[in-house]
Amino acid sequence: MSLKSNLHKLKEKYKGTKMAPAFNALHTFLYLPNETTHGGTHIKAADDLKRTMNTVIMALVPCLIFGMFNAGYQHHLALGDIEAANGFFGATFWTWDNLVVGLWKVLPLVIVSYGVGLAIEFLFAVIKGHEVEEGYLVTGMLVPLIVPVDLPLWMLAVAVAFGVVIGKEVFGGTGMNILNPALTIRAFLFFAYPTWMSGDKVWVHGAKERASEIAAGANVDAISGETILGSLAQGKGTMSHDWLDMFFGIIPGSVGETSTILILLGGLFLIFTKIGSWRIMLSSVIGALVMGLIFNGVVDAGWITESSKFYGLMNTEFWHHLLIGGFAFGAVFMATDPVTASQTNKGKWIYGFLIGFISILIRVFNPAYPEGVMLAILLMNVFAPTIDHYVVQGNVKKRMKRLKAKTA
Amino acid sequence: MGLLSKKDAKLITDPLADNNPITIQVLGICSALAITAQLKASIVMSLSVLFVMGVGNVVISLIRNIIPSKIRIIVQLTVVAALVIIVDQVLKAYAYSLSKELSVFIGLIITNCIIMGRFEAFALGNGPWKSFLDGIGNALGYAVILVIVGFFRELLGSGTLLGFKVLGDPIEKTGVYAIGYENNGFMLLSPMALIVVGIIIWVQRSRNKDLIED
Repeated sequence: MSLKSNLHKLKEKYKGTKMAPAFNALHTFLYLPNETTHGGTHIKAADDLKRTMNTVIMALVPCLIFGMFNAGYQHHLALGDIEAANGFFGATFWTWDNLVVGLWKVLPLVIVSYGVGLAIEFLFAVIKGHEVEEGYLVTGMLVPLIVPVDLPLWMLAVAVAFGVVIGKEVFGGTGMNILNPALTIRAFLFFAYPTWMSGDKVWVHGAKERASEIAAGANVDAISGETILGSLAQGKGTMSHDWLDMFFGIIPGSVGETSTILILLGGLFLIFTKIGSWRIMLSSVIGALVMGLIFNGVVDAGWITESSKFYGLMNTEFWHHLLIGGFAFGAVFMATDPVTASQTNKGKWIYGFLIGFISILIRVFNPAYPEGVMLAILLMNVFAPTIDHYVVQGNVKKRMKRLKAKTA
Repeated sequence: MGLLSKKDAKLITDPLADNNPITIQVLGICSALAITAQLKASIVMSLSVLFVMGVGNVVISLIRNIIPSKIRIIVQLTVVAALVIIVDQVLKAYAYSLSKELSVFIGLIITNCIIMGRFEAFALGNGPWKSFLDGIGNALGYAVILVIVGFFRELLGSGTLLGFKVLGDPIEKTGVYAIGYENNGFMLLSPMALIVVGIIIWVQRSRNKDLIED
């Protein structure tokens, strides 16, 4: 007897009981359900919620794998065990040692994220008596990719519980949430445990311990492992990495957001499969570039001097903003979340543009929050329905005018 | 209850739960969010409101028949303002540091919607004893929520209760899997107070389905 029929039997057995949604979810996750719609209308479409979610996860897998290698690479590099890799295909990057450290650090994050999140989803489904929604599948993968590698696991668990319950379930579950759950989780972590989410000692595994060892007088040769954005925001001057390093992503940062090229590939995959909105991705890139150009212009015009604390980030070449920090990751995987983004095409352009624009604005003007993209997307999530409202109303008005002109 | 008739007792018990000014009527939210980062401040705030509401309701009730209805709001304001100034001065005299901490929020009791609401809705139409009970009841209802919110925010946000250390020190280690407690800084920010109040409302309404609107 196959697994499928066993599952089917289990499902029949528990039909109508309290635990039914939990068994149904397992069955639906692993196999296509046998049921078809009973009514007269049938729409044949392959892209149900489950497939949509799985497509996004596929787009994220390269970032995850890269993140594991990078976690190990940054760790070994900071320890001085290895030479700098000198590019994407550097001999010291794709090594077994790096992967082992990465697996050791990143996999637990993934497991905790999925474990806690899915447990809460199942719990709510059983209490509310509806089917388990697949919404958490993507969130659970996004969360480990946007946190620092050394984040204590219990903090992640607390944040996931908060994000899923307060960010999603209280609004009615998947599809009803106002804010992107993954970013809600990150925002919670950011405000609750700032010393673990920002600064110069969290982005490389073990940096915090090495720093305290040095403070205690130990003779350890260590690089603190600051993010580019962090050092620029503090006005520490020039970049220590060239743009190719940033593009390929062999820089310190959150687990999965460093590699712009892999994010780009993931984004192209999402556009090709028509899961992600190219309008939002493109317009947020445009928004970021425009804001970057404005800042560059301000510097060129000499309105701001080197003594200003904003100088470092303002003087950053405008297109570098796309490569550093989590901007690319946010624009491709977070801003395009179909639930929280604008729904109308025109709205998507405005929504995306403002995300890019505000991201860079926050990034430059608020050194306390160097990663502006998280706050920008959350802010625009709140405004997305308003944008849609005005787009729709504008269209209604236009057509009314046309009608009047015709009938008059 | 020998002291209070059933109807009178209801005046006190109702606002504690099923007609709570904060969680049901959603009044007086501003101060509930602003000063609940510490339990001590919540308690002092609650006591201040208790005093102002108890006395204020009685005063308004006593003079309810001679207040010209056109200027009743101004009269009410004068009464609250006088009482709030008393509270403020007492705090300044006997608990200066706390008074500093609460700063403008003691003064803002004047604008607390619960107080004006009870003056308008109850004291203007009822006798002094009943008004007194109503004032005490509503102030206690307010206090319950403030203390609950203050308790959780101080405990989880600073790891202390009334200033005494309860929870552990922050972790310094990162290790492979760091375990150790760290205070939740988000708890000290006002948005979290709103969320805590929201959770209280959620719990209350899921226990008593009659409270759910629409």
